[in-house]
Amino acid sequence: MTTTIDREHVQRLIDEGAQIVEVLPQAEYEDEHLPGAVNVPLKELDPERVALLDRSRPIVVYCYDWQ
Amino acid sequence: MSPRAASRLESLGFEQVYDYAAGKADWGSFGLPLEGAEPSETRAGAHVRTDAPNCAPDDRLLEICKRLEESGWETCFVLDEKGVVLGRIGRRAIRAGADVSAEEAMTLGPSTVRPSARLEAIVERMRRQKLTTLPVTRSDGRLVGLLTLRDAEQALRRLGR
Repeated sequence: MTTTIDREHVQRLIDEGAQIVEVLPQAEYEDEHLPGAVNVPLKELDPERVALLDRSRPIVVYCYDWQ
Repeated sequence: MSPRAASRLESLGFEQVYDYAAGKADWGSFGLPLEGAEPSETRAGAHVRTDAPNCAPDDRLLEICKRLEESGWETCFVLDEKGVVLGRIGRRAIRAGADVSAEEAMTLGPSTVRPSARLEAIVERMRRQKLTTLPVTRSDGRLVGLLTLRDAEQALRRLGR
């Protein structure tokens, strides 16, 4: 079950080494993204792309807002 | 979109997945740094006048008008105790100068923009809607300040856009 978190929780998880993943299309990621975030667009969330993510660390996903 | 992404990751076997549902709009609206091709100077938040006048709903309009006259501002934002924008007292109410509360004099639900909004888009909107100022608020509704069309246009010229 996914936990929905707020900004302060994101900051704590970043400090603890979480991976930050923006799931918007590449162009929107290139315009602006959270510090250190990687880009895996929702449409490309397949086993091959996510193999680059570390399963042993927490993952925070985000897009633009509550959409 | 992010809830779907989180669900998809879990279905792929990831066990520690968190959804920051408020997203980068929320992050940027609190002035936290963002990386990318569009620097913060191209955003509303970098050009906001943070000394825009504000008052409480119970404040009297006549007192507010006196304060505005001294400061040279022609608008005042009515905020609740948390700093959330409830309304705006505009020129018409100031000119009328009635003996009423700020809450009675204010216009409800003024249009706002987020600090992370792009200046180019804002300037286009302000020109189209014939606005000379726009309040800038965070994603939780709290006032950051006021963006003037003049400041925004000057910033774009400096940026060569």
